[in-house]
Amino acid sequence: MEAFKHLIDTLSKPTILVSFTFLIFFFIFPPTDWFEKWHRRLKFDGLWSVKSFWIISVLLVGFFVIGLSDSDFRAIMLKPDNVPIAGLIFLVFFFTWLSMNQAYNNDKLIEAGQPVDEQYDAPNDKVLVWPDLVYVELITIVLFSAFMLVWSIGLPAPLEEPANPSESPNPAKAPWYFLGLQEMLVYFDPWMAGVVLPSLIIVGLMAIPYLDNVKEGSGYYSFKDRKLSIAIFMFGWLVLWNLLIVIGTVLRGPNWNFFGPFEFWDSHKVEALTNINLSEFVYVKGMSTGLPGNILLREIWGIILLLGYFMILPPLLAKTWLKNLFERLGVARYSLFIVLILAALTLPIKMYLRWMFNLKYIISIPEYFFNF
Amino acid sequence: MSELNEEKQSVTVPPASPPPAALGKTDDGSQVTRRTFFSWLSIGWIAFVAATGGFFTMMLRFFFPNVLFEPVQTFRAGFPEDYQVGEVDLRWKSKYGTWIVRNGEGIYALSTTCTHLGCTPNWLTAEQKFKCPCHGSGFRKTGINFEGPAPRPLERYRIVLSDDGQIIVDKTKKYQQEKGQWGDPEAFLKV
Repeated sequence: MEAFKHLIDTLSKPTILVSFTFLIFFFIFPPTDWFEKWHRRLKFDGLWSVKSFWIISVLLVGFFVIGLSDSDFRAIMLKPDNVPIAGLIFLVFFFTWLSMNQAYNNDKLIEAGQPVDEQYDAPNDKVLVWPDLVYVELITIVLFSAFMLVWSIGLPAPLEEPANPSESPNPAKAPWYFLGLQEMLVYFDPWMAGVVLPSLIIVGLMAIPYLDNVKEGSGYYSFKDRKLSIAIFMFGWLVLWNLLIVIGTVLRGPNWNFFGPFEFWDSHKVEALTNINLSEFVYVKGMSTGLPGNILLREIWGIILLLGYFMILPPLLAKTWLKNLFERLGVARYSLFIVLILAALTLPIKMYLRWMFNLKYIISIPEYFFNF
Repeated sequence: MSELNEEKQSVTVPPASPPPAALGKTDDGSQVTRRTFFSWLSIGWIAFVAATGGFFTMMLRFFFPNVLFEPVQTFRAGFPEDYQVGEVDLRWKSKYGTWIVRNGEGIYALSTTCTHLGCTPNWLTAEQKFKCPCHGSGFRKTGINFEGPAPRPLERYRIVLSDDGQIIVDKTKKYQQEKGQWGDPEAFLKV
């Protein structure tokens, strides 16, 4: 039992957990034919069968039941604030499974030359608003209200001491749906993680209908026709959003240090995390000189790196790896697409730079409130 | 359902109404000319802008209240002897948001606002650092940021001695290390 808890704690170390997720993710949601070949070879396509659903559900429930015997795990998971996260883990799995199961079924139907499951059959599929829809809505409202009532009585909102600006709770956690953003704030300047990147998320979601001009797979679930779209969306949704929420809830403890799910929240846990900027890497560590007084000279390496990332990398990719995509999307769509993708990828890149090299900022100009 | 459909089909189309008289021919003496129309339009717009402008001017007044229910920005912090060398003093933290630190050479007043997103860090004596519970920023005793995302050091407040020998901390004047202001004689009280 202790060995199992220790194993989970070790696997929950951010480097291991996130690396493992990244490694396995694109074999579960293959974006290209090469990945799909391995996806089938590694039998990941069986993940969306009914049998797998029951196996994974039983494993998940089993993990929670066994885990709740541990007092530290219980303290985290049964906190009224965190109960939705346990629900989120099950719900996200259930709906991902449901949609992927439907997509795989449709893929089989298309292959067999039959109409997809959602094919609209004009007179037979017609349903009346009254009473069919309105009744369902009414029943849903009643059941949901009853559920919310029971929940709010069973797990009441905690009544805490009056707010005090000079005492921040330790750890001070955002509401659960913002924990992904809070995790982002650990790696970026507040302007970036609080304003620029959230705006880009909204702009990116709005741009999907413009960027995704593939006609196949529109109006019904399918995977084969939209591998790339599904892989990209699922990466953003499951990894960069939900995984970060779970990390923020379960793994972040006092002083915003990382803790395993079965680890005691010791507020005196010492983590040596001396972070340095890229300029200090180059000048102090690399050249063994002091930082130049001129801001531009000091930050020139970071600026070159960032400009290269956003301006030289896209045309380079368009000529090599993403040649087909570039030809299909055209210049305008491709530019928007690649800038959004690269901006989203700055988050995992900066997470790794922080964990591996203690790198704080690539460009750091605190004099003018600009840090990246 | 089937009844409804049958009913719909049985409705006869009413005969088309006679076409309206030619437009613009309603000449009854009250015709609005282009000039009158634009005069009224301008008057309307000017009135609208004046009303909104007046409203927002009045709203601006709310940014300058007559009474501020805040602790004063300048306070007396006792005598230099009240502070131990090498210790971070927490006695003014909750009331004035200030840590007073004394080292071998003198005394300085640190702001308790994290430079990342404004939470209040905790002083961890065992580790000799300020640690923010919100995103994990860490600051040394001097206020220099060294871990987590905080982009710049904690700010220091103006600190001087009054005539009676007491320390005066003035929070309206801030000194930022990244701007080279910590060398200012009033950012550090030599004792």
